Amino acid sequence: MALQSLDIIRRSATTLPEPQARGAHAGQVAKLIDVSKCIGCKACQVACMEWNDLRDEIGTCTGHYDNPHDLSDQSWTLMRFAEYENPKGDLEWLIRKDGCMHCADPGCLKACPSPGAIVQYANGIVDFHEENCIGCGYCVTGCPFNVPRISKKDHKAYKCTLCSDRVSVGLEPACVKTCPTGAITFGSKEDMQQHAAERIEDLKSRGFDQAGLYDPAGVGGTHVMYVLQHADQPQLYSGLPENPKISAMVGLWKGISKPLGLLAIIATAAAGFFHYIGIGPNETDEQDEEAARRELEKTP
Amino acid sequence: MSTERKRDEIVRYEPATRINHWIVAISFVLLALSGLALFHPALFWLTNLFGGGPWTRILHPFIGLVMVIAFVFLGAKLWHENVMQPRDWQWLRQIKDVVNNREDALPEVGKYNAGQKLLFYAIVLCLIGLLLSGIVIWRAYFAVYFSVEVIRFASLLHAFCAFVLICAIIVHIYAAIWVKGSVKAMTRGTVSYGWAWKHHRLWFREATRAQRK
Repeated sequence: MALQSLDIIRRSATTLPEPQARGAHAGQVAKLIDVSKCIGCKACQVACMEWNDLRDEIGTCTGHYDNPHDLSDQSWTLMRFAEYENPKGDLEWLIRKDGCMHCADPGCLKACPSPGAIVQYANGIVDFHEENCIGCGYCVTGCPFNVPRISKKDHKAYKCTLCSDRVSVGLEPACVKTCPTGAITFGSKEDMQQHAAERIEDLKSRGFDQAGLYDPAGVGGTHVMYVLQHADQPQLYSGLPENPKISAMVGLWKGISKPLGLLAIIATAAAGFFHYIGIGPNETDEQDEEAARRELEKTP
Repeated sequence: MSTERKRDEIVRYEPATRINHWIVAISFVLLALSGLALFHPALFWLTNLFGGGPWTRILHPFIGLVMVIAFVFLGAKLWHENVMQPRDWQWLRQIKDVVNNREDALPEVGKYNAGQKLLFYAIVLCLIGLLLSGIVIWRAYFAVYFSVEVIRFASLLHAFCAFVLICAIIVHIYAAIWVKGSVKAMTRGTVSYGWAWKHHRLWFREATRAQRK
């Protein structure tokens, strides 16, 4: 969603730097999701629908509490319910609010071939500008968290905007505003890290020795972070990747192969051109025609 | 129609083959332009030739199908002339004579020389790679059936095959410009006796024998 009041620092498929003068000197923003405080009420899903005017289709029950059962162009955030039996034999209900993680090094932006369809603001938000989206789905290929969804109606990519429209006018994201337990908080990334540290200390005092902050370094850190009771096993939380990073294949495809590929084309064309200039064409002259006729006369 | 020609000429490509070749060639050019547009940001402006980014994304895979299907017919017609023979390996060993226009030093050549045969195989392999990987990354219809790892690999493979093919076709086009008289074989269908004798002597004998019968 286009929002020019936020400063764009990175733009997809753009080879030169964006205007750099205005930075985010007050610090970048982050949303902190404290999984240990989440009660699974789905108010955040409703707030997201309301604020962004999204209405997903009424789905069917697939045997668990996830509803809808996956992210979609109409569902930009989703509570994922995981039942975990801990070593003590107790059941833990690990409810993770899934959605875009707003990576500092976004795989979607790296993969996107359309200039300005994906942007990163100075405050850290990664946003899709659907008017520039061509619907190729490369963002889906590039994302380490399986977040972007292509609409079947308009073939554009959609995902959580971190309410960039609200943030740009000093409001917190809709899900943060509505969360009744304070499980979702929003502020500067530094403040959120501090807040997380307090929460982790509290969790540790309650016996969650492995409690920790999920802010994966493999993607340069994220602007959506989780406080996890079991930070050593993020995959318990409906398959949260343990060490997410931009896939090496995407890195190769969108990195070195671009200049190398063009260079190969230019070199091949140049080799042909200079061969023509240096050695010249291979021509058939009258002598060849003569030789051909002679050979024909010889053969019976 | 007059059967007499000013100069002695041999038919190298029938009209159907020529039309087939140019369907492949035109689709290839459209595919290379639209594919490069989506590959490198510096070439994104090429999407304007196709009516913008979304149209480029929509058209590219369909044009790809046209090229592959057209090539199946062309390949079926030409493959038996492209089987590598012992003399072809000798021809390749003398590649210096080839690029320096010392054709008299080379072994005699059939309808296709070793370079053309290798090009044929390069095209076949690239097209198989492009078709299979292209289906996997065709987001509107097929990508949903594959895991993201497979899609990532297919994206890379698609780009790799495309670059090999583009470079191979540049060599192919240059060879046609370099060896004078070649373009006419694919536009008008015929070559002169001298051209056939000089560049494809075994085929020259075969074709003239057939013509006299």
